[in-house]
Amino acid sequence: MTDGGRRPRVAVVIFPGSNCDRDALAAVEAVGGEAVPVWHQSRDLQRCGAVLLPGGYSYGNYLRAGAMAAHSPVMKAVRRHADQGGAVLGICNGFQILLEIGLLPGAMLMNRSLRFICRDVHVRVERTDLPLLRTLQPGQVLRLPIAHKEGNWFAEPAVVREVEQQGAVALRYCDPSGQVRADANPNGSLQNVAGLVSREGTVLGMMPHPERRISRLLGGEDGWALMRALVEAA
Amino acid sequence: MQVEVRVKLKEAVLDPQGEAIRRVLSSLGFEEVTQVRVGKLVLLEVEGDDCERVRARADEAARELLANPVIEDYEVRLP
Repeated sequence: MTDGGRRPRVAVVIFPGSNCDRDALAAVEAVGGEAVPVWHQSRDLQRCGAVLLPGGYSYGNYLRAGAMAAHSPVMKAVRRHADQGGAVLGICNGFQILLEIGLLPGAMLMNRSLRFICRDVHVRVERTDLPLLRTLQPGQVLRLPIAHKEGNWFAEPAVVREVEQQGAVALRYCDPSGQVRADANPNGSLQNVAGLVSREGTVLGMMPHPERRISRLLGGEDGWALMRALVEAA
Repeated sequence: MQVEVRVKLKEAVLDPQGEAIRRVLSSLGFEEVTQVRVGKLVLLEVEGDDCERVRARADEAARELLANPVIEDYEVRLP
């Protein structure tokens, strides 16, 4: 939290090929944080209390989305930070990286349609009792943009069961009224998963882009609360 | 020596890309093709002539980076 009026510091990690880093930096500042750009070669997080892994095409998504970025030097520091209970938000490619390093379960497959999908979707908030979701209301429906080709979340049946039992699904694709339906699922993701959260609620990965929805001028403010929760957790 | 690491999607994982290819093959007259699965072939040029050691290291590389065990199986082949 703030000490002596200073804003909470949030590290925005920049990989070669990140392309949502500037939006992420701006969004952190807009909700009251101090955004600190951290290059992927860095071995420390510059005294930041929270980490944001932004969207983009880290390393051109060679091999698999997020596979190379998962082994960047900075990720050792990110893992240490997460292991110590520090907050980490992974958006889109950042979510894919969190899956690749195993901080969240499962993996991303290519979208069922085989297409890159760039449009608004609705997601229902499934948990609000955890640090990175506490600014939201139970059952709240958010309208947020997605922009990805690999967002089709997959895990083996036993892992899916465990994820559901544990309440690890933070966000699900739904229709505008909040109904979780197959035809509201843009990419084929199992259980309509749009976002997953760790048991302690300090690691959150999500395919939609809250950092693009923090102002009416940019199409809406539905991403504001999620960004604010990250800053409050820093 | 050159080492092949063959990476393929696990049986339980749907492969929409393979299915799209199968449909096109079928429209081209290859109706006998009943399933297509798309994988990756990674060729490693490796120093050393101790086959066991080279295999073990390639295996390690596959587990650590080349394949994602959640969705993929892999196979290491030496010459």
